[in-house]
Amino acid sequence: RDWRTGCFDEECFGVLKMFILVLGLLVGSLMPLGGAASSPDTGTGHGGSHGNKDPGYAKNGNGTTYSKKPFPVLSFDYEHVRLPFEISLWVLLASLMKLGFHLIPRVSSIVPESCLLIVVGLLVGGLIKLVGEDPPVLESKIFFFYLLPPIILDAGYFMPIRQFTENLGTILMFAVVGTLWNSFFVGGLLYGVCQLEGHKLAYVDLLSCLLFGSIISAVDPVAVLAVFEEIHINELLHILVFGESLLNDAVTVVLYHLFEEYSSVGLITVTDVFLGIVCFLVVSLGGIVVGAIYGILAAFTSRFTSHTRVIEPLFVFVYSYMAYLSAEVFHLSGIMALIACGAVMRPYVEANISHKSHTTIKYFLKMWSSVSDTLIFIFLGVSTVAGPHQWNWTFVVATLIFCLVARVLGVVGLTFVINKFRIVKLTSKDQFIIAYGGLRGAIAFSLVYLLNPEHFPMRNMFLTAIITVIFFTVFVQGMTIRPLVDLLAVKKKQETKRSINEEIHTQFLDHLLTGIEDICGHYGHHHWKDKLNRFNKKYVKKCLIAGERSKEPQLIAFYHKMEMKQAIELVESGGGSKLPSALPSTVSMQNIQPKKPSQDRALPQLSKAREEEIRKILRTNLQRTRQRLRSYNRHTLIADPYEDGWNEMLIKRKKMKELEKKISQMNNYLTVPAPPPDSPTIARARLASDPQAWGLKSVTESIPTIKVDLASPQSPESVNVVDEFSKKGSQPKEEEGGLTMKVPSPAKQRKDKTPDEEPQQRLMRCLSDPGPAAEEEDEDEPFLP
Amino acid sequence: MGSFQSLPDDHQYRTLSQKTGFSLEQIAILHNRFKQLSQNEETLRRDDLKTIQDLESNPIRSQIIEAFFDSRNFQKEGVGSVEEIGFEEFLTVMSYFRAPPQHITEEQREEMRRAKLRFLFNMHDTDNDGTITLEEYRHVVEELLSRSGALGRETAKGIADAAMLEVASISVGPMAPDEFYEGITFEHFLKILNGVEIETRMHIRFLNMDATVLCK
Repeated sequence: RDWRTGCFDEECFGVLKMFILVLGLLVGSLMPLGGAASSPDTGTGHGGSHGNKDPGYAKNGNGTTYSKKPFPVLSFDYEHVRLPFEISLWVLLASLMKLGFHLIPRVSSIVPESCLLIVVGLLVGGLIKLVGEDPPVLESKIFFFYLLPPIILDAGYFMPIRQFTENLGTILMFAVVGTLWNSFFVGGLLYGVCQLEGHKLAYVDLLSCLLFGSIISAVDPVAVLAVFEEIHINELLHILVFGESLLNDAVTVVLYHLFEEYSSVGLITVTDVFLGIVCFLVVSLGGIVVGAIYGILAAFTSRFTSHTRVIEPLFVFVYSYMAYLSAEVFHLSGIMALIACGAVMRPYVEANISHKSHTTIKYFLKMWSSVSDTLIFIFLGVSTVAGPHQWNWTFVVATLIFCLVARVLGVVGLTFVINKFRIVKLTSKDQFIIAYGGLRGAIAFSLVYLLNPEHFPMRNMFLTAIITVIFFTVFVQGMTIRPLVDLLAVKKKQETKRSINEEIHTQFLDHLLTGIEDICGHYGHHHWKDKLNRFNKKYVKKCLIAGERSKEPQLIAFYHKMEMKQAIELVESGGGSKLPSALPSTVSMQNIQPKKPSQDRALPQLSKAREEEIRKILRTNLQRTRQRLRSYNRHTLIADPYEDGWNEMLIKRKKMKELEKKISQMNNYLTVPAPPPDSPTIARARLASDPQAWGLKSVTESIPTIKVDLASPQSPESVNVVDEFSKKGSQPKEEEGGLTMKVPSPAKQRKDKTPDEEPQQRLMRCLSDPGPAAEEEDEDEPFLP
Repeated sequence: MGSFQSLPDDHQYRTLSQKTGFSLEQIAILHNRFKQLSQNEETLRRDDLKTIQDLESNPIRSQIIEAFFDSRNFQKEGVGSVEEIGFEEFLTVMSYFRAPPQHITEEQREEMRRAKLRFLFNMHDTDNDGTITLEEYRHVVEELLSRSGALGRETAKGIADAAMLEVASISVGPMAPDEFYEGITFEHFLKILNGVEIETRMHIRFLNMDATVLCK
C-alpha cells in the first residue's frame, strides 16, 4: 500500500490545489456580475434586470461623449466569453471531482460516486450562496437536451441485446405494470394523507397527487447506472433493473402529460383513460419506430464511409441525437427512440466502420456520458441549495414511506406472477436487489421543475419531497447496496471473456433447439428467432453492410474479433522477447494435430544432389529466419485489418490460393501434414515452446490474421518476413518453424500476385525500412522445378 | 420395450411419464406428433424426419436427425445407431430438452446438466469412441458454417483448431512438443462448457407448460 499513500499525498494535493483554483474561479466569475443572470442555467426569473453594481466593470453606458483614451494594450472583457467560459468551468470542475475521488482509495470504495458528487454540489451551492449569488439550478431544458441523451445513447448502444430480449417480458412487466402500480399507490395514498392532515395540505387535490406519484415512481436510469456500475452485479439483475429504468420512460411520459393536462380541469373520465392507454402505445411504439428508422439510416450511411473514415463516429452520434429530438417533437418517448436507434444500428455499423472509429465511438460515448453523469449529480446538489423549498414533515415522510412500500410490494407481487412464465426463476435475493435498486434521480427532479407554479401551487413542496426521496435513495440505498450484495452473496458479474468454444456451442444450441422445435411442429421462441436471423442475413445485411462482410456469419465475425483482441493484447504486453506470464499454455498445433505416420513414407525418391540442395536451402532459410525474428518492433504492426480494403485484398488472395492449391496437389513434394493455418493464438502458444518458432505463417486457408512482425527495424528483411509469408502457396513446414517452402508456381501467377502484394508491401515499407523485396523473391525460387 | 399400441394406452403413458418426466398431456401431444411424422406407423425412420420442411434450412440438420437414431441417447450402454425408433425412444430423446423443475436439489441439477451435455457430446462424437477428435470437431464447425459458402469452409478449420487448442490448454495445461492431445473427453467437455448454463438454456419452452399447446 506504500505507493498508494505516496500517491495520495502528492497527486491528491495537486488535485486539491486545482480544485480550489477552479472553485475560486467559478465563484469569482459569478461575483462581479453582481446579480445578473449568474449562469446560463437560470434563464427564468433572475434575469438581467439588476443593473451592474460594480462600476469598475460597467461599460461605457452612461457617457455619451467619448474622450480620447490611450490605446488599451490589455483589457479585461469577460462578458463576451462568459457563457462558454462558465460551461467549461463547470465541466472542468466535474471532471476534476471525478479524478479526485478515484485518487482517494478508501472513500471511493465505500461511498458511491454519485453521493460524493451530490455532496460536492451541495458544497459548491453553499459557497455560491455564501458569496451572495443565486446558485444555478438544473434547468430542465438543459437536462433533457444536453445532459441526458449521451447517457442514454451510451446505454442503448452497448446494450447486451441477447439478455435484453431474453428477459423482455419480465422487463416490460416491471416497467409498465410496476410503474403504474407505484404511481397509483403513492398518489392515491398521498391524497389520503393530505386529506387526513387537514389544514396545511387540504389544497392538494387528487390529480396533483397522482401526477406527483407518477413522477416519483419512475426508476431513474442515470442513478441506476451510476450505482450498479460499481457493484458489478450479475448480468441478469443488471439488465432487469436497468431495462426497467429505460422502458418506464414511456409510462412516465404518458402519465405526466395526462395528469398535467387534466389537473387544471380537475376531472378525468373513462374516455381520457382509454385515450391514455392508446397514447401509451403510440408513445412507446412510436418512439421505437422513430429510433429504428434513424438507426437504419445510420447503418445505411455507414455503408459508404469507407473513404471518409474520420467522420464515421459523427454519423452515429448525430443520427442518434436526431432520433431523440425527432421523438421529442411529437412528444414520443425520446429515451426509447435513442435506445432503439442505438440497438438497431449497432450490428451493421460495427461491421462497416473501421476499428479506430469503433474505439472512437466507444470512448466518446463513455466520456460524454461520464461528464453528463457527473454534472447531473453536482447540479442536483447545487439545486438543492438553490431551489425554493417548502418543507412539510408529513408530506415528505409519507412520500418516502409510500415509495419504499410501493416498490417492495410491486416487485414481490409482480415476481410472483412472472415466475410462472420464467424458466430461470427470480429468487427472493433477486427480488430484494430489484426492489432495493429502484433508485430515483434527476429525471424526476427535472420533471417536477417543469411544472408550472401557477397551476401547481404545491410545486415547491413537491420539489422538496422529491429531493428528499432522491437523496435518500441515492445516499442510503446507494451506499448500502454494495455491502448488502456482499452480505447476501448475490452472484456477481462473471469476468471471464467469452471463449470460442462457448460461442460455437451457443450457435450450435440455437440451431439444435430450432431443429427440435421444428420436429415437434411447435412454432416457438427459437423458430421465430431463427426466421428473423435468416431474414436479417438474406435481405437486411446485404443492404446495410458494405462489401463482403455482409456475408460473414456470426461465428466467423466473433473469431476475427477474438483474434484481433489477442493479437493486440500480445503486442501491448511486449510481444516476442517478453512473454506474458498469463500464458502458461504451451499447447501448440502439433499437440493436437493427428499424426499420419503412413504418409511420411510417401516421400518421393530424390537424388542425392537434390537432397543436398534441399538441405542447404532449408538450413540457410532457417538461419535467416532466426536472425530476423530476434527482436520485436512495435512499429511494424499492421493496423486494422478491416481498414482500407483489406478484406477485398484477402478475398482476392483467397481466390488465388484456391488456384494455387489445385496446382499444389500435383506438385506437393512434402507430404508431412501441413500445419493448419496459424492464428495468433496458435502462434503465441507455439512461441512458448520454441521462441524461434515465432513465425508469421502464411494463411494457407486465408484467415485474415493480424500479422505481427517481429523484426528489428534495422534489418532490411523486416519487410520480407511478411512478404515471404504472404506469398501465395507457401506452406510453412511445421517443425522448422518460420520456414517457408515454396510450392512451384507457374511464372505467370507471379504477376498476378504482385499487384495484390503491393499494397501490403507498401504498408510495410512505410513502417520500416524498405527491404530488398525484389531480391528476396528471386532468392526463393522454387528449388524443385 | 415391447410393441407400442397405436391407441393411447393410459397405463403405458404412465410408465413413460415416470420414465421421462413428462406429464400425460405432453405425452399425448408428442404422441400425436409422432404419429403425424411416422404416418401412423409404429416406428419412425430418418426419411420421415427429413420430410419436415422447416428443417431444410437448418445447417446441422443431419446431426439432429442422427441424434434421434443414436442408441447412446436412449440406452444406457447403447452402441451405434438404429434404423428406426419407436415412440418411447422419441420421447426419451425429447426429454433431454425439458427444463429443470422448480425445486430440485443441487445434485439433481448437476445430473441433469451432465445428461444434457452428454447428449451434446454424443452429437459431436460420431464415431463413438468417447472423445471428440480434431476431425470431428472440424466437422462440427464446418456444418455450422455450411450455409456460408466458401468463406465458411475455409475459416471453419481455423476456428475448430483454435477451439481445440483452447480445450487442450484449459483441460491439460502445458504440453511438451511431442505430447499428443487425443481429443476432447467428456470431462473436458464439461469443463469448457462450464460457463454456459446448459440446464436452463437447453430446453424447449412448450415442453414446460402443462397447458395443451397446439401442435401443427
